[in-house]
Amino acid sequence: MLKTLEAFAVTLVAIIISLVLISIFIWASGNSFIEVYQTIYKGAFGTWFSWQNTLVRAAPLMLTALCTAIPARVGLVVIGGEGAVVMGGLFAAITGISLNGMSPGFVLFAMLFTGALSAGLWILGVGALQYYRGVNETISSLLLNYIAIAILNFLVVGFMRDPATLNKPSTHHIGDANMMGVIGESSIHYGLVLGILLCIALWFVTSRTTFGFSMKITGGNPRTAKLAGLNVGKIILVSCFIGGACAGIAGVVEVAAVHGRANSSLNAGYGYAGILVAFLARHNPMAIILFAISLGGIQASGGLMQRRHDLPDASVLVMQGIIFVVILASEVFYGRLKIPNLFQSQKTAQENAA
Amino acid sequence: MHSSGISTGEAVLDAFNITKKFGELTALDGVTIRLKPGSIHALLGENGAGKSTLVKCIMGYYNPDEGQILVDGKEQSINQPKDAAALGIGMVYQHFTVINNMTVLENIVLARPALPSFIDWKKEAEVVSKKMQTMPFQFELDKQVSSLSAGEKQKLEIIKQLMLNIRVLILDEPTSVLTPNEADEILQEVKKLSQNNGLAVLIITHKFREVMGFADTVTVLRKGAFVGSQTVAETNPEILSEMMMGEGLDLPPLERDATQVNSNQAKLSLKNLSILDNDGLIAVDDLSLQIYPGEIVGIAGVSGNGQSELTAGLGGQRALKNGVIEVDGQTFSPVRRDLQKHRYFVLPEEPLKNACVGNMSVADNMALRNFDLAPNSWFNSFLNFSAIKRESKKLITAFNVKTPGPDEVISNLSGGNVQRAVLARELSQQVNVLVIANPCFGLDFKAVSDIRNLIMEARNEGAAVLLISEDLDEVLQLSDRFYVMSKGKVVLESKPNDVDLTEIGKAMAGHMEAAA
Repeated sequence: MLKTLEAFAVTLVAIIISLVLISIFIWASGNSFIEVYQTIYKGAFGTWFSWQNTLVRAAPLMLTALCTAIPARVGLVVIGGEGAVVMGGLFAAITGISLNGMSPGFVLFAMLFTGALSAGLWILGVGALQYYRGVNETISSLLLNYIAIAILNFLVVGFMRDPATLNKPSTHHIGDANMMGVIGESSIHYGLVLGILLCIALWFVTSRTTFGFSMKITGGNPRTAKLAGLNVGKIILVSCFIGGACAGIAGVVEVAAVHGRANSSLNAGYGYAGILVAFLARHNPMAIILFAISLGGIQASGGLMQRRHDLPDASVLVMQGIIFVVILASEVFYGRLKIPNLFQSQKTAQENAA
Repeated sequence: MHSSGISTGEAVLDAFNITKKFGELTALDGVTIRLKPGSIHALLGENGAGKSTLVKCIMGYYNPDEGQILVDGKEQSINQPKDAAALGIGMVYQHFTVINNMTVLENIVLARPALPSFIDWKKEAEVVSKKMQTMPFQFELDKQVSSLSAGEKQKLEIIKQLMLNIRVLILDEPTSVLTPNEADEILQEVKKLSQNNGLAVLIITHKFREVMGFADTVTVLRKGAFVGSQTVAETNPEILSEMMMGEGLDLPPLERDATQVNSNQAKLSLKNLSILDNDGLIAVDDLSLQIYPGEIVGIAGVSGNGQSELTAGLGGQRALKNGVIEVDGQTFSPVRRDLQKHRYFVLPEEPLKNACVGNMSVADNMALRNFDLAPNSWFNSFLNFSAIKRESKKLITAFNVKTPGPDEVISNLSGGNVQRAVLARELSQQVNVLVIANPCFGLDFKAVSDIRNLIMEARNEGAAVLLISEDLDEVLQLSDRFYVMSKGKVVLESKPNDVDLTEIGKAMAGHMEAAA
């Protein structure tokens, strides 16, 4: 209880400090920060249209955040979400193109399967390098991002290129029949449902199951985990695979619900923004849903900010960066804050009165 | 009645009427001690008696709420450790503060309060080695600290302080990691230093033997209160234990059931075990031994002869290079299924580091062995938090763990209570095989006696117990038979009844002579 309160307080203070810093940035660009914040709110949550825009962006963020949050449970700092998205999207496109013509439901399932599998194995490699060879997982996962992007570029510029795509080299289209649908009349695709369901499912796994408990022990003290007879290697590899598979599904969704093709839109930064979401949520899958929507909102309002206040396109990135730096710095304060234990003091007060 | 006997000579350090409160808890209540040059003062008390708090007030880690600290009769305000160092007060902490991946020389130089921006290592080496010649212990200056044994590290800690020209030396349980011989050697040298150089020494301890053998005066604390100060010549262990415990104390002797080894089938059998250390060198070398049901087999020896690797190997924390572990005749590997099936429990030393998850709660830590079994989980898959909490509450009561509650983060508990919590976890179920390393390290004797009784109880109920301990007395008290471990091998088998101490001493020291 006290721990949750602490996490809440620290995160809240960090967000407030970020807002102050962002205000200074906005002020320096010659705008009124109050107006810009109003614009952000409007662009993110002001209308049904902006809500749709926000949620469409939030869906991949939820999934890429899981790629950092799940390995974090076993003590690994993995920042390879971007590469996993690319791998997932690439394999989804390959699968979709090669199976085009078969029953759309099956094709969609196969795309999800191969996308999740390839990206899962991609991040599993990070875990294996760390566990068996002692390679720093943060660095290896970061470098694997560049490798994944290079593979994607090599293929879409090379023999997988659809000659009809001129400005933005892309693969062939997976076929309109195979596209993932949207919810009702909105522009929100089913990727959002997948993201929310996976967050809830993984919240349950991490916090309520014996496997989640084993993950927590492994992350807390691997020596103790071994003493308890847990298969530490397996737990690390499975956690990395799950994280990678989630980001891979984000790639599948980008291909199957948004672009219909694999191209450089896959490495548009969802993987990196997902790291920020995971840290904001303190690697709690349930909290990821909330922060993914918030950050999706900021991203969605980028266009409006540009038009209304003449703020450059990169402003959204600056804001994300400021929040990230402040959140990382706020880690220092865990365990150092003196939060009064309201529940206990009330109790003792009652006892004293009695 | 106990406060007589201190003559009023010139004191170098007086802590007068020190009171320190933490919230509602009074950790120290009007405690006074007085240290004189050339004498050794022992500070005696159970865990939680306030010994460390008092010392931390002297060293400037805490600000006392009341009372004064006088150096050479002048009141000083010591607000941080730096102030204490400037006044010539040095302290050796219970846990090593030497830096493992640096050399002896670097560690010694580093201890100085102010360092120049550029260090002329060549000159430092000359200065230090020259000064080292006047010191009781000698070191090779370019030796890596990680290669030193626990005893050597402790000596280095003392040297580090002596190099600073201190006048008051505070030692916080300096012998808890040492063999009796090492401890005697170090205390002997400290005594000599104190007599020859006029050093005032304060030793925190709970070992009467050390108080009686080496100290000149002794102060006893109990539950934060000053009980009394006496010269050692006027006291004896009975008086001291009465002061310390508050009542006449007689430790119940361990109830050892008659030996009932009638089985031909060894319960735990180690066959040709070889285990590597962190550097890939052989630490445990082709070790074989058998333990029968209802038997405690001890392994004595100087630390650093492969004991910690052996414990880690038997606990699954380190891979076996060679060899087989058998339990009840079946090949055993320390994975969860086998651990649970054979009711095999391992308790390594330093439980907070090796057997706990520091940031998890007491209840969670107590469930590490059986969180995936009923009643702590449903279908071995879904956690039942209320059962975990209920079980842990039972253990907390049964094993007398002092914690605010099952939800408290375990690293907030004192060392003795962490040990109790882990013992509760390892001994609460019926035990078939128990491997236990230095179980009483750093605990007060009430806890020690509780823990030894629990180990004996497990033996009496038919468990095979392997006790790996650096404390020879502990091995002699508990074991049915024991080995001495040296250079990764068991070199001598003996029984506590027909023990030949010179023979054992030689076996234990064999390593040290060869290495010198």
